[in-house]
Amino acid sequence: MNAAAADSEAIVRVEGLVAGYDGNVLLQDVNFAVNRGEVFVILGASGCGKSTLLKHMIGLYQPMAGKVLIDGEDIVSAQGAARRAILTKIGVMYQSGALFGSMTLLENVRLPLEEYTALDLPAMDLIARMKLKLVGLEAFCGHMPSEISGGMQKRAAIARAMALDPRILFLDEPSAGLDPITSAELDALIRRLAGSLHITFVIVTHELASIYAISDRVIMLDKRAKGIIAEGDPKVLRDTSDNPWVRQFFRREAEAPVETA
Amino acid sequence: MNAAAATERSAPTAAATLTLADAADGSRVLTLAGRLEAYSIAGIWPEARAALVDAPTRRIVIDAAAVDYCDGGGVAMLVDLLRQPRSSGAAVAVRALKPEFQTLLDQFDPHAFTAPAKAPPPQTNAVEEIGRATAQLFRDMRVQVAFIGETTEALWYAVTHPHRIRWKDVWYECEQVGANALPIVALISFLLGVILAFQAAVPMRQFGAEIFVADLVGLSILRELGPLMTAILLAGRSGAAFAAEIGTMKVNEELNALTTMGLDPVRFLVVTRILAALLMVPLLSLFANLVGVLAGGLTMLSFNIPLVTYLKEVDSIVDLKDLMAGLVKTPVFALLIAGIGCLRGLQTETGASAVGISATRAVVSGIVLLVAVDGIFAVIYYILDV
Repeated sequence: MNAAAADSEAIVRVEGLVAGYDGNVLLQDVNFAVNRGEVFVILGASGCGKSTLLKHMIGLYQPMAGKVLIDGEDIVSAQGAARRAILTKIGVMYQSGALFGSMTLLENVRLPLEEYTALDLPAMDLIARMKLKLVGLEAFCGHMPSEISGGMQKRAAIARAMALDPRILFLDEPSAGLDPITSAELDALIRRLAGSLHITFVIVTHELASIYAISDRVIMLDKRAKGIIAEGDPKVLRDTSDNPWVRQFFRREAEAPVETA
Repeated sequence: MNAAAATERSAPTAAATLTLADAADGSRVLTLAGRLEAYSIAGIWPEARAALVDAPTRRIVIDAAAVDYCDGGGVAMLVDLLRQPRSSGAAVAVRALKPEFQTLLDQFDPHAFTAPAKAPPPQTNAVEEIGRATAQLFRDMRVQVAFIGETTEALWYAVTHPHRIRWKDVWYECEQVGANALPIVALISFLLGVILAFQAAVPMRQFGAEIFVADLVGLSILRELGPLMTAILLAGRSGAAFAAEIGTMKVNEELNALTTMGLDPVRFLVVTRILAALLMVPLLSLFANLVGVLAGGLTMLSFNIPLVTYLKEVDSIVDLKDLMAGLVKTPVFALLIAGIGCLRGLQTETGASAVGISATRAVVSGIVLLVAVDGIFAVIYYILDV
């Protein structure tokens, strides 16, 4: 695929999304698009609805209103085979890794292949080993998730999410709870995968260092606005945004800014 | 893995094709075309591998000029072909793969994937196995003795400092163990009474001795079945719940949190549950006795024995000693159920299946011990002539 030509094309499009719990609206009329091949970061303070938005984008939660188009197909209304076809285009890494504890890393990565393809066992094993190699865990194929560290579990979870070569990878707080070195390694891995495999990344995080290192574009959510308060290049937002909440986030200021509006 | 099912579930994709040809220079040419991805290559992958194996001494050229798309799955197939052991002069080469796919392929060294992925599991001999099992048994016993010690100490502390007991937790557990178990205990003891009475009444009627069913039901329910069935029910219900609750807390590091706050998990979690069980199991057993005996009476109505006659007969044969013989066992049962449930919970290891294993172990060892202890009581009563 020609990444440069495809850059302008939206692969994920969220239209008029209203989301919340038990009748309380957390996100009101959210609209944005993720372009093919970019590393797109959703950021914001705790409790602003980042993870909720992500879970709506991957079809785990049903929105109160609105659409989520993955490669042109609405994941909200799709059912049965159509929904499964959309799900093969996406891979998800959960905050805790969510590896299956009763399976080795190799078996974890092989599971989607076993369920979705007709490949024979040596072929699936090879694909799984190559995915683990991409995240630097080929030597740990036979280990159980409980036998490896938290950072390694997250990397293995990325390998599992990539098993079927999805076009889009959703990562929920990839660097949360990791040491700076492991976190930087994970950032480098994301950039490398985005560059070499042209995977589109949608990442939820609030780690500033990660945001600057990996993102092409960000949207910032805010609890008070119940939606997006800023969109664009994070460094530009940090330096030029006139929204006090955005400046506060990027400058890590504890004091709440003066109410301007 | 069923090929048809997999195709049906996969995204619709264009096919990948493989054509075999022999070149004039003696090499074999594998021409790949179409989309190479995990969904499309299942058919051609084994074929391509076989084509290599069939020609061990010839050069192999993989012509990929007509490949429109190639993702990780397709690259894996190429790596698989490139990694096959070949004799010298019979190398495998990929030709004319589009540059963007070649970059993907270049990330991998095919020969890095020739070794088996997993080291074979270490062989252990029988002697070592027996040794390990024995050592494990002793470790388990030590843990159990330590647990009994800790629990006794914590219970003693609770008795001597009743204001330090977390009574709110105790009442909550009482509701869980006692009140919420009433319907199931009622149902099972009712059925037990009905079945006992009915099974006994049919043969006894042949001798006109239906009235003695009251003696049988009264004695067996009060002395044995009421308390034992209640305890077995609670071992399945509350023993498993204790193990799962405490096990989940252990997995979530809540036990570590208690320990580092200087709070003893045994005092905090185990004592409340044991106290709740000690309070509730005797009451539930009493209730089970009542329902079981009444159920027997209701059954005897269909054998033309009035309820009054039945109850008078029960009253004449059963005395306080029989009731107490059953109820005396219930605190011991309560200790066993709650103790084992909590112990298994505390022994939980890490992982999603660990909590399930703990709950299973709590129920199995709980029931085995209940029946064993009930047997011991039977012997003691026999010796004491109770």
